[in-house]
Amino acid sequence: MNAIEPLLSVRDLRVSFALDEGLVRAVDGTSFDVMPGQVLGVVGESGCGKSVTMRAILQLIDRPGRITNGEIRFRRDDGVVDLARLEPRSAAMRDIRGAEIALIPQEPMAAFSPVHTVGDQIVEAILLHSHRWQPGKRMGRSEARDITVGLFRDVGISMPEQRIDAYSWQLSGGLRQRAMIAMALSCKPRLLIADEPTTAIDVTTQAQVLALLRDLQERYNTAIIFITHDLGVIAQMASYVVVMYLGRVMEEGPVDDIFHAPKHPYTKALLRSIPSLYGQTRVALPVISGALPHPFNRPPGCPFHPRCPDAMPRCSDAVPKLMPVPPNQFASCFLHHEEVDPA
Amino acid sequence: MTAADIAVGKEAEDRIAVASNWKLVWWRFRRHHLAMASAVLLIFMYTIVLVPDFFSTQDPERTDARQAFIPVQTVHLFDDGALSPWVPAIAGKRNPTTLRMEWTTDPKKKVPITFFGTGYKWKVFGLFETNRHLIVPVDPNQRIFLLGSDRLGRDQWSRIMHGTQTSMTVGLVAVALSVILGVVLGGISGYVGGKTDSFIQRLIELLQSVPTIPIWLALSAALPRDWTPTQIFFAITVILSLVGWTTLGREVRGRFLALREEDFVLAARLAGCSRMRIILRHMVPTFLSHIIATSSLAIPVMIINETSLSFLGLGIRPPAISWGVLLQEAQNIQTLALAPWLLIPGLVVIVAVLAFNLVGDGLRDAADPYSH
Amino acid sequence: MTRYILQRLALLPLLMVIYSFVIFVIIQAPPGDFLTAYVATLASSGSSISQEQIEAWRAQYGLDQPMIVQYWLWVKHLAHGNFGLSLEYQRPNAELIGEQIGLTLALALFSFFLTWAIAIPAGIYSATHPRSIGDHILTVVNYVGVATPNFMLALILMWVAFAYFDVSVTGLYSPEYADAPWSWGKFLDLMAHLWLPALVLGIAGTARLSRIMRANLLDELNKPYVVTARAKGMKEWRLVLRYPVRLAFNPLISTIGWYLPMLFSGSLIVATVMNLPNIGPLLLRALVNQDMYLAGGILLIYSFLTIVGTLLSDVLLALVDPRIRVEG
Repeated sequence: MNAIEPLLSVRDLRVSFALDEGLVRAVDGTSFDVMPGQVLGVVGESGCGKSVTMRAILQLIDRPGRITNGEIRFRRDDGVVDLARLEPRSAAMRDIRGAEIALIPQEPMAAFSPVHTVGDQIVEAILLHSHRWQPGKRMGRSEARDITVGLFRDVGISMPEQRIDAYSWQLSGGLRQRAMIAMALSCKPRLLIADEPTTAIDVTTQAQVLALLRDLQERYNTAIIFITHDLGVIAQMASYVVVMYLGRVMEEGPVDDIFHAPKHPYTKALLRSIPSLYGQTRVALPVISGALPHPFNRPPGCPFHPRCPDAMPRCSDAVPKLMPVPPNQFASCFLHHEEVDPA
Repeated sequence: MTAADIAVGKEAEDRIAVASNWKLVWWRFRRHHLAMASAVLLIFMYTIVLVPDFFSTQDPERTDARQAFIPVQTVHLFDDGALSPWVPAIAGKRNPTTLRMEWTTDPKKKVPITFFGTGYKWKVFGLFETNRHLIVPVDPNQRIFLLGSDRLGRDQWSRIMHGTQTSMTVGLVAVALSVILGVVLGGISGYVGGKTDSFIQRLIELLQSVPTIPIWLALSAALPRDWTPTQIFFAITVILSLVGWTTLGREVRGRFLALREEDFVLAARLAGCSRMRIILRHMVPTFLSHIIATSSLAIPVMIINETSLSFLGLGIRPPAISWGVLLQEAQNIQTLALAPWLLIPGLVVIVAVLAFNLVGDGLRDAADPYSH
Repeated sequence: MTRYILQRLALLPLLMVIYSFVIFVIIQAPPGDFLTAYVATLASSGSSISQEQIEAWRAQYGLDQPMIVQYWLWVKHLAHGNFGLSLEYQRPNAELIGEQIGLTLALALFSFFLTWAIAIPAGIYSATHPRSIGDHILTVVNYVGVATPNFMLALILMWVAFAYFDVSVTGLYSPEYADAPWSWGKFLDLMAHLWLPALVLGIAGTARLSRIMRANLLDELNKPYVVTARAKGMKEWRLVLRYPVRLAFNPLISTIGWYLPMLFSGSLIVATVMNLPNIGPLLLRALVNQDMYLAGGILLIYSFLTIVGTLLSDVLLALVDPRIRVEG
């Protein structure tokens, strides 16, 4: 097997929600790859389809949402499976969820059940996929508990034997997120999806959690998809970046190129809106003009053109394809190529 | 998507952005078709409440022992293809073994009826006299029984019309009293706080853990025997609302407590608004629609309670007529087997309660789209 | 936890004192007193009673004293288990109530369990299959169930059984067991009769509970912890039962606080219509005949059951919800 073959490869993924008011195309033809052991950062404004894309990978889209098109190819030991073809409730999908692909959700407070102890919920996950610790042998609760205590220690929770019997609302925000990370790692996944894992916690704790994630990633060599709207976090965490807008990939590339030589006008606008320590004082921070369109009113053509400073007449007629742009990026913008996305 | 679609969507967005809260509630309510249909039905029933005599075919108190237990006479609109409404005549025969009169309808003999004809005299709102009725027999000496007659030969249709007036009014008045008590006491509790608040809270807890039906029965049994039907009526509504206000009181208090901390209330206070103005202009409007929805869900509970009390003989008492009083006639199973139409007032109760619940649910969803 | 329960228990006597006073005020409100009514009843039935006996009772109940003294005497007698004498039945009230209280409780509790056994699976089904045909049917049944007064349902069932199947569904025993001593056969016979009144009594509650369960569960199913559990790779039905159903259950337990009392009071109507041995019909007769100490005794028992019901729900809620257990 070739080492540079991707672990996860998403191709032309489309997810839509059939609401009473109309069809919302939350993800509209997204493609990207995740390499083994790579940290992929996904950025975009709220509502750009980042979270929906990640849920689609785990087949966790709730009705009335539906994957309408595309492939999600995931490489396992015994070959490649297309997750988009698996039934959400099938045994095959459940074998992958939690075991090979784990999720670190956004709000650690609400992501734990308040009436079960934290340890209880992690032990359950370990027992569900106990073969990942002891192939071919049943595991008892006490063994799973020992593993949980070990995991707690790994993620830096002090007094793990006591904390394991706590309820989530008895833990601080940082501890809760560490417990959540322990749960996600409990079955040694190949891919970790972290959905804005630090948005709901305060800045100091945020830094600790990020350091922890980086440390664990190096130790276990787990691939991570890191979703955030915080470009600063991306710069610290990711090696490769995907920029999304209204369910489409605008630009992707290695983190340095994205930050220092952005190609797409949207990426440029995003970067301009970061406050800088070295900027001039008393100058208004540039913002992206206009507002995110209402989901029922998707603009035709390139989704960004109504807000784009460099929009051309053809931008409202055709959708630009994601094409390689030298030196290292990919961008979907007619400023850089003429290719039209046919769909 | 075309540019025209976008324009339409944009227009809809703008329309929603400028609509008042009441308009939004109305738009959402209109989407509940069942609730709309129920609302129309309730409006019709309250028309009966206003002028029950107009809808009656005869005096609800008119008795005739010879015309007891007459079955339902169905209204037919057409006779030989021509518009000429009639009901089948009834024929009685005494059963030689049980010595009971047994009635059958005879569709060959027709009793012609007419709409908006003249019948017994009544007063519109007790003011001016008329003798117009919705349905009457063409021959004024005939009696028709659209929903059969009871053991005293009284016309059940006309009695249901009058029962509707009482029962629907009891529900409305009892809820109105509950709302007044609930909003005033709950408001005081939530706005003043402190000792007043804990006193009112304890009172509510006490009232809410009362065994309702037994206590209501004891209270109405304690009403003086010589009271007039009107006095009894008001006493019963007061008894019913005695417990009814507590739920609303709690809710209003909760809202006041939450709102007190809101920025817009602070802003109003800093702008120099008086206390009363803050309460009436800034706080109450935010939960008024919610109170209306809750109240419309309380009316059917009151109606069921009144009907149950009257059915047990300790609510509205004859000669006053309510749905529960009418159902007292259906207490005996032997009678019921003989005259099953005596259960019809019960169906009216079910339909009315159903309609109120549907309207109430529709209103609640429309007023509070995010709470469910 | 223990402190919380003790606190709630300490409230019980206080509440009973308040209720007993209110009840006394209500039952002695009608004009005339218990003895005058009693003497009149006796006279109308042709028998008489000696003047000394009347005077003795008058002194015992303090009938010539102010109301507050009468109340005090009543409470004092109650404290010794003396519920007074029924003028209609000419027997001690404690005996009359004692004969019926067992079946009154049996009816209410049986109805309670029947309600839960039906409402919870129905609610779970509706919430996990929203807008399915089954959900729509259950919704219609629920609306009609809530809208039908207990006595109306009882009447309809009795009428249908009598008119079309020629069976009587009144009473709790078949004739051969009515006066028989307790046996396995009598118990089975009781169960065979009890389920119908229990169902009639519980129908409105079943409808309301399954609506509550549906709404709660729908709320819980949208919570992030469900996504977490799904992301673990749990089986869907196991996940639903273990997490959201478990959480949707807590608000349901707090409904016991109003539901048990509602069943106790509601059984009065159903028992009256269906002619069941129950303290409800006894109360009704006592109120109509101004048998005030019997009415007072029964009202007090209803109040006691109501308070116990509320207490039970508070304690249960504390037991199942760690958030209350730890902080309360």
